[in-house]
Amino acid sequence: MSYVTNILVAGIGGQGVMTAADIIAQTAIRAGHDVKKTEVAGMAQRGGVVTSHVRFGEHVYSPSITPGHADLLLAFEPAEALRWAGHLRTGAAALVNTFAQTPPVVSLGLFEYPDAPLEQLARYPISVSSLNAGDMAIGMGDRRLVNSLMLGAAARHLPFDSGLLKQALLDRFANKGGKMLTLNEQAFDAGYREPGKI
Amino acid sequence: MTAAEQVRNPQAIFISGNEAVAMAARDADCRVAAAYPGTPSTEILEYLSAYPTVYSEWSINEKVSLEVAIGASLAGSRALCAMKHVGLNVASDALMTQTLIGAVGGLVIAVADDVGLSSSQNEQDSRYWGRFAHIPVLEPCDAQEAYSMTRFAFSLSEQFSVPVLLRLTTRICHVKGLVRTDASEKTVARFFNKDSSRYVMVPGNARNRIPLMMQRDKELAQFSESCELNRFEPGQDRRIGFVTSGAAYCHVRETFPEAPVLKLGLSHPAPIETIRAFAQEVDQLIVAEEVEPLLETELKAAGIQLSGKDILPRIGELTPSVLRPALAQLTGDTCTTAPATQNDLFPRPPTLCVACPHMGIYYCLAHVKNTIISGDIGCYTLGAGQPWNALDTCISMGASLSVAQGIDKGRSEADQNKNVIAVIGDSTFLHMGMQGLLDITYNRGNVTILLLDNRAVGMTGGQNAPSSGLDLHGEETIQVDFRKLCEALGVKPARIHEVNPYELPVLFKALREEVKQTGPSVIITNQPCVLTERYRQQPVLAVDADRCTGCSNCLDVGCPAILVERRETVIKPNGREKQLAFVKIDSAACTGCNLCINTCGPDAIIPLSRDSRINAVEVSA
Ligand code: SF4
Ligand code: SF4
Repeated sequence: MSYVTNILVAGIGGQGVMTAADIIAQTAIRAGHDVKKTEVAGMAQRGGVVTSHVRFGEHVYSPSITPGHADLLLAFEPAEALRWAGHLRTGAAALVNTFAQTPPVVSLGLFEYPDAPLEQLARYPISVSSLNAGDMAIGMGDRRLVNSLMLGAAARHLPFDSGLLKQALLDRFANKGGKMLTLNEQAFDAGYREPGKI
Repeated sequence: MTAAEQVRNPQAIFISGNEAVAMAARDADCRVAAAYPGTPSTEILEYLSAYPTVYSEWSINEKVSLEVAIGASLAGSRALCAMKHVGLNVASDALMTQTLIGAVGGLVIAVADDVGLSSSQNEQDSRYWGRFAHIPVLEPCDAQEAYSMTRFAFSLSEQFSVPVLLRLTTRICHVKGLVRTDASEKTVARFFNKDSSRYVMVPGNARNRIPLMMQRDKELAQFSESCELNRFEPGQDRRIGFVTSGAAYCHVRETFPEAPVLKLGLSHPAPIETIRAFAQEVDQLIVAEEVEPLLETELKAAGIQLSGKDILPRIGELTPSVLRPALAQLTGDTCTTAPATQNDLFPRPPTLCVACPHMGIYYCLAHVKNTIISGDIGCYTLGAGQPWNALDTCISMGASLSVAQGIDKGRSEADQNKNVIAVIGDSTFLHMGMQGLLDITYNRGNVTILLLDNRAVGMTGGQNAPSSGLDLHGEETIQVDFRKLCEALGVKPARIHEVNPYELPVLFKALREEVKQTGPSVIITNQPCVLTERYRQQPVLAVDADRCTGCSNCLDVGCPAILVERRETVIKPNGREKQLAFVKIDSAACTGCNLCINTCGPDAIIPLSRDSRINAVEVSA
């Protein structure tokens, strides 16, 4: 069977996980692939865990990624990166937004947020890159830019031209006016430059 | 669709199964569509509402939506109703009689099973209803088939004069794939043909329809043997062959690319003879079906040797990670799939949104003693979770009231001093709760009812309902008056209260007073769901670090915007240890609902703009 590329996007309901996955899927279509995209989430909008699976290649049957077969993990939150690391294959890449978000069960003191999640991640047979997309987005003036920053960073790992991905992203803002377009383009570029290996 | 096909079909669009069903219905000239929102089926009607050629509505519940569709079909139009699996239970009363009448205009019932329970109170297999109601079941495996089979369903319905059940699952509804659409059609205009012997199902007439239904069953079974939707895919490796349908087909194809597969698109009635012949060609036949062993049982009864649920799980999806190890014993292949290593992490359960008007209610309920709280289906079911733990039951739409009545009447001596409370949302109350309230008033129940009116169907994304005063299209319509409605259902006017759920003292007072009374009371809340346009954001709050004593009272509200900045352990004068938690507020998430202010003794929570010493999280992602 021809090879299928598996991208796992993970985060928390409301972070834009679905949008990021959608843009990757759109790019894969433009690159001439067969594509399937699904989300795996229970009541995603309510702050629960949400993942989106994007699979592309010559012909894609199953919409969901088999554990141990993901090629790239795009994690919007460090603890979520840790939660899904086991789904990656050996040698896969993980790209992590280090901006942490604690849920009420942690605030209430019922559970603990993991210590040094990135160090724990580094124990997997994968390559990990990280960026604080949360802080960077705030610095650029809009927290919603996290998405574009993460996509810019992901461009280095995806098997298609980064310009194609950028265009798919910018097409979303085509009718939203100049400022958002420029900001998102800048965020994409900043993300592309940023991530360092840990 | 492969890359090559995509090049051949540049018009292919990337859409979800739900959108594909909606487009197909429009292209099939469906004139009437009705539904009650329910995950994972909700978007079908949302997409349909955008098409001006289709009359579309949010119905009060699924039975009503099916009855609307039945009426349209009898009037000669093609009609569709959509629902989630549990909705079909509600609609089943109409379905079981409609099956005798049969369709005139094509009648399609799109039912979305939540296989794997992403957000439902049970997992159930709607294919049972197909057998029970003697109607054909179509099972698409992806968005492309969701489109083509919906088109097919309308014509099949008319060909055999039968409602058709389109069985979807989460993995069809919410998976996006490339879809090529076909030219739209125009149906012939029909009219309502008065025929009481067929449409009036009194015993004498119904009795005459049953043999016709049996005959229809036979014809459909014959049709299934040669139906193009039941497709044979040859394979090199004949050690195992699969009979499969729906999403399970995709998983089988992914996992065993070399195995021969009989894919059933029209899975009921099954093409038994085709399957019998297929069984001869492989060493071992496997039925891969999600949830129940329906087909398996039918085939075994027909004397066909096969395996199914003896090796495959009966709950959840049949994904490659499930199929591969389950079949390794038969194929002798070593299982290469690494078991998913899950880190031992904190759970991240869904929570009420920041500023959700239900938070104040659950804060109060958690602080009122001696209660038995009967819950219902909707966002407010989340009150069962941390930090409130304020629900004792949750069964089905509208059950909070009737279950509370049962608890009241059935309680033992030991529970006599308990306060029985039912919590229900506005749309759930209209869906199925009203009858329970009437039962309580009529039979002199002793229940305090909290009617949480947030003017929307919150759980599925804030859709409109008769409580919002807006219809599916966002256009103004009647807005139900709950006070009058409850009064009409027998609640004394003096026992009906309307409160602002953000005003904790008022809420507490109403609740404490009403639970002491005998007889039913209704406390109606009146603030909108924050996901709707009605919600008005107010000045953001922050915590004054100098004043915060670390008492952590505000955390009991359960608002996700309140975060702990640091914890401290202090020794109290009596020698006991006390845990302190100093908090901050995520100013990017906070909408200024002011609920937490009520819980803070030292007035440490203040509007962000008024003080610069504050301790707010600047912004969080
Ligand atoms: S969607 Fe509305 S009702 Fe549901 S938790 Fe959020 S604010 Fe509350
Ligand atoms: S209730 Fe007030 S004093 Fe107590 S932790 Fe919260 S902000 Fe601090």
